[in-house]
Amino acid sequence: MASIWRYLLAGVGLAALLAGVLAVVYLTAPQSAQTVGPDVSRTKKTDNGLYMASFVPERGVVRQGELESWLLTLKTKTGASVERAAIAISGGMPQHNHGLPTSPQVTDYLGDGRYRIEGLKFTMSGWWQLRFAISSGAGSDTVLFNVVL
Amino acid sequence: MKRLFCLLALMVAVILVGCGKPDFSDAEKKTIASLALNTLPSLKPDTTNRIADVPAAAALGSTLFFDLGMSRDGTVSCSTCHKIDRQFQDDLPQAVGVGRTNRRTMPLAGVARDPWFFWDGRRDSLWAQALTPLENPLEQAGNRTAYAHYIKTRFGERYERIFGPLPDFAGIPLNASPLGNDAERAAWNAMSDPQRDAINRVYANIGKAIAAFERSIEPAQTRFDRFALDLATGAEPKGDAVFTREEILGLKLFIGKANCVTCHNGPRFTDNSFHNTGVPPVADLPPDRGRVDAVAQVEADPFNCFGAYRDGDASACGELRFMVKDAPQLVRAYKTPSLRGAATRPPYMHAGQFSSLDEVVAHYAKAAPSVEGTTEIHPLQLSDRERAALVAFLRTLTE
Repeated sequence: MASIWRYLLAGVGLAALLAGVLAVVYLTAPQSAQTVGPDVSRTKKTDNGLYMASFVPERGVVRQGELESWLLTLKTKTGASVERAAIAISGGMPQHNHGLPTSPQVTDYLGDGRYRIEGLKFTMSGWWQLRFAISSGAGSDTVLFNVVL
Repeated sequence: MKRLFCLLALMVAVILVGCGKPDFSDAEKKTIASLALNTLPSLKPDTTNRIADVPAAAALGSTLFFDLGMSRDGTVSCSTCHKIDRQFQDDLPQAVGVGRTNRRTMPLAGVARDPWFFWDGRRDSLWAQALTPLENPLEQAGNRTAYAHYIKTRFGERYERIFGPLPDFAGIPLNASPLGNDAERAAWNAMSDPQRDAINRVYANIGKAIAAFERSIEPAQTRFDRFALDLATGAEPKGDAVFTREEILGLKLFIGKANCVTCHNGPRFTDNSFHNTGVPPVADLPPDRGRVDAVAQVEADPFNCFGAYRDGDASACGELRFMVKDAPQLVRAYKTPSLRGAATRPPYMHAGQFSSLDEVVAHYAKAAPSVEGTTEIHPLQLSDRERAALVAFLRTLTE
């Protein structure tokens, strides 16, 4: 009888040791990039600081798998609306080696520096990138937005 | 001693019960709910096809779908490859109509919800798709004026009740088509513009009637849908809605570590997009580069959404308008197929390259480089048990 309790005690001791080792491994493991995630802010200064760009879905929500229309608002450093800018859109999913599934385009200028971007489509969940190359009287600059679905 | 054994037995029992019960995080539950058939929205109207939801048109379309007269030699119909008792596909690696084609027949459940048709998306509407095999020399091998004459002779009254009067057939050659043999092309070129337009209109209407029929083919409820609904509502699963531990593991892998759900998403298990996943070519078939060659074809199609035979306005043409035309990702990219019903319709991939789901899962785990372009998938460490679990889960999308 006593020997069984000894074995049981040894078992509990070994289990505690294992749990301790696992806890150390878990707590000291490097944080993976996924838990941090990319910067998903929708208002950003362009890369060279020429413009302030904000990017919002026109309907307010993003629906996966549907053609979407978003609004891009461009202001200069002094807060003036950027009129008649030429805008090229590119992007894709950096983790899947593919670009965008559609070719979104600027289809309308709505005034006050607001441009309608049509033909966006997010076909899968995950990390998407949208890059805008902007050119106007104030100069040429780029901005990258991250969208995580 | 006896009490000790009782305690151990109780612990074992608790562990076993715990393993059998699905334990999903809130994020997993949300993903699972998004895959269930009850989240499938009702079918949107097809404004490019004004008779898409007219019952008489669907009835005519179904007659044409099964009619062997809709081919050059009276031996092939749509249903030759899209077999009604086989999920509207034919179990062959490559479809066989008048001749052997280069691609696998697609099943039709839910097809009206696709933005693009064929494995490479070379057509942009269900009705434009339906026209293509009719004139393909390897499929139904007919020609445009022959089909128009046939409709007038066999179904003239039914046609006119749906679409209005047929055109004047005086002087229309029996065999003529812009895609046919030399004689048929010459005969087509000899026709006047109004004659060609009138025949194209009859031809487009044939596609619109067939599409009206095909719209009625929708995916059916499966064990997975019953399981997912119970999980979402917190109901106790009963009967075949109870998943085995292997199926639960497979589902967890599908939406987790194996990343299947990134492309096979939504209630139809497809993102409706095109991907290069390194699927190897078939040795004795002509070169096949997938989506990259389909872009020019859909742009050139007179029956595409921008063409003269569309009903409604061009606001329905967003997919074509914003189509990616030139990008490295289009090389050897093929449509993500729906996985509903997949387990009982081998072989798999665009030319039937893999004979079983085990081979498909092994391909995605290995992620070999593509023969051309860049594969989007990454190698994955999956044990034999995990691979079998994924296949077990895929089977729940069938029964």
